[in-house]
Amino acid sequence: MKIPEIDLYLIAPEIILAAFGFLVLLLDVFLPNKGRKSYLGMVTLIGIVLAFLYTLPQIGLVKSGFAGMYISDGFALFFKITFLIIAFLTVLISMGYTQREGIAFGEYYALILFATLGMMLMASGSHLITIFLGLETMSISIYVLVGLMREDKRSVEAALKYFLLGAFATGFLLYGIALIYGATGSLYLKDIATYIASKSLLRNPMLLMSLVFLTIGFGFKIASVPFHMWTPDVYEGAPTSITAFMATGVKAAGFSALIRVFFSALPAFRPDWTSIMWVICVATMTLGNIAAISQTNIKRMLAYSSIAHAGYILVAFVAGNDLGTSGILFYLMAYAFMNLGAFTCVILLGKKGEENTLITDYAGIGFKYPLLAVSMTIFLLSMAGIPPLSGFMAKFYVFSAAVKEKFYWLAILGVLNSAVSVYYYLRVTVLMYFRESEREITGLQFSPASVIALILAVIGTLYMGIFPANVLSFAQRSIAGLM
Amino acid sequence: MTILGIPILSLLIFFPILGAIILLFINKENGRALRWVTLLFSFIEFIFSLPLFFAFDSKTGAMQFVEDWWWIQSYGISYKLGIDGISLLLVLLTTFLTVLCILCSWTAITFRVKEFMISFLFLETGMIGALVALDLVLFYVFWEVMLIPMYLLIGVWGDPKRRIYAAIKFFLFTMAGSVLMLVAILALYFLNQKATGIATFDVLELYQLGLPVGTQYWLFGAFALAFAIKVPMFPFHTWLPDAHTEAPTAGSVILAGVLLKMGTYGFIRFAIPLFPNAAFDLLPLVSVLAIIGIIYGALVSMMQPDLKRLVAFSSVSHLGYVMLGMFAFNMQGIQGSIYQMLNHGISTGSLFLIVGMVYERRHTRLISDFGGLSKVMPIYAVFFMIVTLSSIGLPGTNGFVGEFLILLGAFRSNVVYGVLAATGVILGAAYMLWMFQRVMFGKITKPENEKLKDLNAREIGILVPMVIVIFLMGIYPKLFFSKMDASVEKFIKDFHGRVEMKADLPAPKVAEAKK
Repeated sequence: MKIPEIDLYLIAPEIILAAFGFLVLLLDVFLPNKGRKSYLGMVTLIGIVLAFLYTLPQIGLVKSGFAGMYISDGFALFFKITFLIIAFLTVLISMGYTQREGIAFGEYYALILFATLGMMLMASGSHLITIFLGLETMSISIYVLVGLMREDKRSVEAALKYFLLGAFATGFLLYGIALIYGATGSLYLKDIATYIASKSLLRNPMLLMSLVFLTIGFGFKIASVPFHMWTPDVYEGAPTSITAFMATGVKAAGFSALIRVFFSALPAFRPDWTSIMWVICVATMTLGNIAAISQTNIKRMLAYSSIAHAGYILVAFVAGNDLGTSGILFYLMAYAFMNLGAFTCVILLGKKGEENTLITDYAGIGFKYPLLAVSMTIFLLSMAGIPPLSGFMAKFYVFSAAVKEKFYWLAILGVLNSAVSVYYYLRVTVLMYFRESEREITGLQFSPASVIALILAVIGTLYMGIFPANVLSFAQRSIAGLM
Repeated sequence: MTILGIPILSLLIFFPILGAIILLFINKENGRALRWVTLLFSFIEFIFSLPLFFAFDSKTGAMQFVEDWWWIQSYGISYKLGIDGISLLLVLLTTFLTVLCILCSWTAITFRVKEFMISFLFLETGMIGALVALDLVLFYVFWEVMLIPMYLLIGVWGDPKRRIYAAIKFFLFTMAGSVLMLVAILALYFLNQKATGIATFDVLELYQLGLPVGTQYWLFGAFALAFAIKVPMFPFHTWLPDAHTEAPTAGSVILAGVLLKMGTYGFIRFAIPLFPNAAFDLLPLVSVLAIIGIIYGALVSMMQPDLKRLVAFSSVSHLGYVMLGMFAFNMQGIQGSIYQMLNHGISTGSLFLIVGMVYERRHTRLISDFGGLSKVMPIYAVFFMIVTLSSIGLPGTNGFVGEFLILLGAFRSNVVYGVLAATGVILGAAYMLWMFQRVMFGKITKPENEKLKDLNAREIGILVPMVIVIFLMGIYPKLFFSKMDASVEKFIKDFHGRVEMKADLPAPKVAEAKK
């Protein structure tokens, strides 16, 4: 047996993340207790930046390694950059937040690094087992992170709920993978596609079942209807920084695997999954938006809004063309900035023992904390798809992909949904600017790291909205060779 | 093209933002500095816009001062600006009204002055941008950018009672219409790409595309919905009275003066030339809705107890004329229609200013709270009279020229439309004069009205330019028509050419097959 070539340089970013994860754990144990907390965050940031620096040189190269189980192509790299940005911002906003909430353990940062590592594996997997391993690495880290506030009942409930449902979803996914293996005898994505094409297995019941199971498994991670039930509770209960991380990172990772598996391994089934996804897409957008309207808690509102956004992204997935895929990439990166930014605002408005997550708590802050409110307004309007913000451009691309493939009704339903969503995003701005506060929110402490994260998110949102051409052409180059 | 090496249109778009940025660094307690700086910026902006008028070549109907750069090249989205005789005057109207709006907010806006001024400057950027954009995506971006400052103007500085309702209603109505337009823009883009192989959102190129009439209906429908909401045409007008009534004076002026024109401008720049056959076929529908708007708006105005609501409904009526003239598709109709857009900006803008002035003194707008004001406020009465007559369309004022041309155009195109629309003139005179009589003449019934102060120098300073424009446009309209003649001629020629060609149908084959 030939030993497969091992190119460690290929997975250098992943190795760095893992090494820094362990380093943080060790530092947490061996360093004196006093003052260590802030530096754990710094060490984590250094790790992320290093991983980023090792990712950059790989741009433009397509290399496969580990006996073809791992691939580093444009698609994977775009996602890796997105994940690293997400992790970077998450750690920035966590530094103050974890101190405040008393969860500044070393494990916290280590788990974020491990989860990011998992996401990167998912994006780079060209073999179903790699993807599965990545998914589990990510999921298990997140299960723990969600339940980190041990004294908070909602956090524990959220963790349990997420774990149980997540375990089921993983089960489905694994079952789907097993069925594919049974039908085609391979777990390599390319081989699966070739085999299906050569044997014309389009009506093979095993493969059709596996298609359904994979849809369920990934649908859970990206929070699409009807696999979204956990989202509001978990997003509400989890520490806010982790909610932000999940809403952006886990969703993006879910999409990366979904696109990779469906487009690379199962392109022959496009007519089948297009019709399933069409329905899921419309249901996801509509339910997400309608449910968001009646929320009173901002974290729940953002949870439902994140469901709706998964729906918009699925519009491009259904369209299934190059335009759509690059649109998804653009969308996920834009969404990372605006959503993390919005959650940063949510965190900044809270203090120890007083989270202020009711939407009514936002009353009157517009003129009291003007910069916070302006940033929040930018993020919300961006999510609502108002130009010239990144959310508009993102929606523009996904809807244009649908129009190009003549999915006119899908595009129309999409934009109408988008118009509905304006209502609940505006409601927060109405409270912030048009109403007087009912009770004073005082004594907020803005940790410098969070403010930096906020500024970065604002810059990202404006940049991708006003000068989208660079990121878009990067996304377009990234998907070359995927389909 | 540039003036003295400066890309003038870009300058006009971004200069207000520069002002807004400078305002950020001024202490928010320093209301005086904030007002003066904003006034200065809006005034310089107005000065900057004047060269457009003089350097404009009125012999050609082509776009002028064109700037064309890529914005998102891989999508064929460009940053393309340009004006012709149709948009030139609207741009000038915008910069002109903005100065007056800043002036009329001098004492009316007492809190959060900084935010108000910043919003207003952003609004100006959005308006100018939408008027000069020649790329559909760029236009859409500016079109939406206008929404947010206007929403804030109504929501923060509006009348406390129903401002939030009005602000949200305004936003959602406009948004709902425009998202469908976005889909239509995309569909047009891909259809064009398929037909010609060129990926572009440039309207001038898209004008050349001949689409099957069936497709045109859909796309025209989506565009027309967005614009009809903005105009607003009956039956999409319900947001307007609320938004107008609740907005602060400056907001109402700019809403009536410019934002509503975005709808009519959208028809003339985008919806009609892009989809000429659909526009031509739907002429009866649009005309009938316009006439309903004229008569309905007038009748409802007559019954309003609130001055501002009365003026708001009169807008529905006036904008009905604009639409009717436009859809006459002849020289008189369209010229009248464009002229009436300007008139409405001037006359109705002035009316809102005048109502705002008395509201600042009395904090009520109910007609029944007034009466006999002409005795205590003689200067006010003079201005009010002039503006009222201009709104009615008395010969010698601007309103006459516009209405006359529109009616002429309408008669030429269809006598029934012309006759019906003419009744609106009578109704218009009735509600305006009746309102004027109840407010200004008679005995002073309310003791509060006895000590009202007449206009101060600043207020006179606001109204005098308006009155000058009213008479200038009424007595020497040639000054303005000469600028738009060539563009309107070209518009009509292109339009009729396209309609007769039956949209360059690839359809002959189908027709043969049917035979």
